[in-house]
Amino acid sequence: MKEPADKIADLAAKHRDRPGALLPLLHAIQDEMGYIPPESASIIASALNLSSAEVQGVITFYHYFRTEPSSIPRVEICCAESCQSMGSDKLLAHARTVCDVHPVYCLGLCASSPAMMVDEKPYARVTPEKFDSIMKKAAS
Amino acid sequence: MSASIYVPIDSAALALGADEVASEISLEAKRRGIEIKIVRNGSRGMFWLEPLVEVETSKGRIAYGPVEAKDVKGLFDAGFESGGKHDLCLGLTEEIPYLKKQERLTFARVGIIDPFSLEDYLAREGYQGLRRAISLSSEGIVQEVTESGLRGRGGAAFPTGIKWNTVMKAQADQKYVVCNADEGDSGTFADRMLMEGDPYSLIEGMTIAALAVGATEGYIYVRSEYPHAIAALNKAISIAKDAGYLGQDILESGKAFELEVRKAAGAYVCGEETAMLESIEGKRGIVRAKPPLPALSGLFGKPTVINNVISLATVPVILARGAEFYKRYGMGRSRGTLPFQLAGNIKQGGLIEKAFGVTLREMLYDFGGGSASGRPIKAVQVGGPLGSYLPESQWDVAMDYEEYSAIWAVLGHGGIVVHDETADLARLARYAMDFCAIESCGKCTPCRIGSVRGVEVMDRIIEGKERTRQIGLLRELCDTMLNGSMCAMGGMTPYPVLSALNHFPGDFGVAGERHA
Ligand SMILES: Cc1cc2nc3c(=O)[nH]c(=O)nc-3n(C[C@H](O)[C@H](O)[C@H](O)COP(=O)(O)O)c2cc1C
Ligand code: SF4
Ligand code: FES
Repeated sequence: MKEPADKIADLAAKHRDRPGALLPLLHAIQDEMGYIPPESASIIASALNLSSAEVQGVITFYHYFRTEPSSIPRVEICCAESCQSMGSDKLLAHARTVCDVHPVYCLGLCASSPAMMVDEKPYARVTPEKFDSIMKKAAS
Repeated sequence: MSASIYVPIDSAALALGADEVASEISLEAKRRGIEIKIVRNGSRGMFWLEPLVEVETSKGRIAYGPVEAKDVKGLFDAGFESGGKHDLCLGLTEEIPYLKKQERLTFARVGIIDPFSLEDYLAREGYQGLRRAISLSSEGIVQEVTESGLRGRGGAAFPTGIKWNTVMKAQADQKYVVCNADEGDSGTFADRMLMEGDPYSLIEGMTIAALAVGATEGYIYVRSEYPHAIAALNKAISIAKDAGYLGQDILESGKAFELEVRKAAGAYVCGEETAMLESIEGKRGIVRAKPPLPALSGLFGKPTVINNVISLATVPVILARGAEFYKRYGMGRSRGTLPFQLAGNIKQGGLIEKAFGVTLREMLYDFGGGSASGRPIKAVQVGGPLGSYLPESQWDVAMDYEEYSAIWAVLGHGGIVVHDETADLARLARYAMDFCAIESCGKCTPCRIGSVRGVEVMDRIIEGKERTRQIGLLRELCDTMLNGSMCAMGGMTPYPVLSALNHFPGDFGVAGERHA
């Protein structure tokens, strides 16, 4: 099995010549490893001719990039206005008693609020009861 | 002949079980030995009816919805594959009033065609705009777009033709077309529906833009919350390229245009055009000072057209039918149609494309059918998280850029979020400040510090501590943000906050003193 550092270096080599390579590279790393491991910044920095601090600054700026492995499955609940108007507060409170939840701001499913995503699979009109059955299915 | 059955693959339909319905239909058909063809279309945009299943008949397409997997057996028992009667039957899709009352120009194909079938696209006027554009000069294309009156649908409503003209006139060895598909505004989903339901129209619009300004490369910057839209675009780009609609020699015109999707990373401020450019370049999404205009010095320092998905996807119909046709819709300086998105606490939420001039009341009741909860509607936020809350007294104002501006409101990207009487506008105002604090790019103090202070002040107001003094402070803070922010993030957060305070003072614990 490849060491994480080798994987990161391989991905960096693959993406380095694209214009604006950093974001696609970070996405590739997160897609492959589930998060951006701490050793990434220095490996990316030398491949892309940037400083480690610059790379670190980019990683921390974007909400989407995670620097720690995520809970499995990854549950994201929309907390923006439309979902609030349909009871996302209650859904969020309920979900938090069940698992780790990441608040997000709009999934583009606002006409069927409240909405959430579990490992990139979208769900709409989610009640606490529906939430439980979705999580049961996701676990099996 | 096998019957065609349409089951949407729009994310919102998937979120309500469309995949399960599609596989149940195909299983049940096999079990019964009935030959069918399942087509995965985009959504018609009537989300209270999703998953909306349609069958092709000699009279037209007949709709059934909302269909759950458990309904499928019963549908076959009723012979739905040839339009049989069933409790879920809604009759001819085109005759459903919600659709029939619309004026669909940009969304003409969405929900009707298979999004990836070039054949479907071509059969419904697809690529006629590009063919016409190829026959015109750059100036000719820009003139057509200018005359149509099209204004940016991303929020700022800047005339598209004028922007293109600046890029066209700029001298450079390289120019770009960038599509803003960050669609960060809560309560909006038109960009997503279009990318998932008719991706070629966006690709065609961008290609026309490229011909108009002399660009050879383009990017579509799509938010990471939209994995299905990203996949749809990648697939459509690859098919279009293989068929010669993208690449080094578009339709044998000798013109080149290459297109690439870039996935964003969850920062609202990256919807601001210069922060988006920074992000594509691989940097933190910090807003750039203007000037220089991105039209002159944009992506990688080169002249760049930046437009919203809907602006670009509207260009093909303008070129195909002409500026005169498009301009006939709308009122005043708001020409054409806007795909409104009706969401929140509403019975019949969905996509409603209408000419400018429709009223919010028509949206809420004629289309929306009132609140989902059945309680009276109290406040409606129009134009995304930076838009004002409108009380009932303003629901008859024509939805037009200038008319809205006159009541200190915005149409923005066309999002409409409905709240019933249980909503607490002080909490929503606090949320607006908090959102700004979370999403601020940090470049300027009024936004970065002002929003954090705003949350503290709102907390004290909600707790009922020295309310009069705190409300005075809130107004001062909003004043500073309005006048001192570099972009609309800080500059427009006062819209939801002050509109909430001015129209719903009771929620802030004060009697109604009116301010402008
Ligand atoms: C904080 C902020 C967020 C924005 N988000 C978006 C967005 O998600 N999509 C979009 O098209 N425009 C957004 N805009 C507007 C863009 O800056 C820009 O005006 C637009 O992309 C230009 O395209 P158009 O002329 O076709 O509307 C945003 C602006 C600000 C200040
Ligand atoms: S207003 Fe806010 S988001 Fe806009 S430039 Fe200033 S700090 Fe950045
Ligand atoms: S506001 Fe929740 S999905 Fe859009």
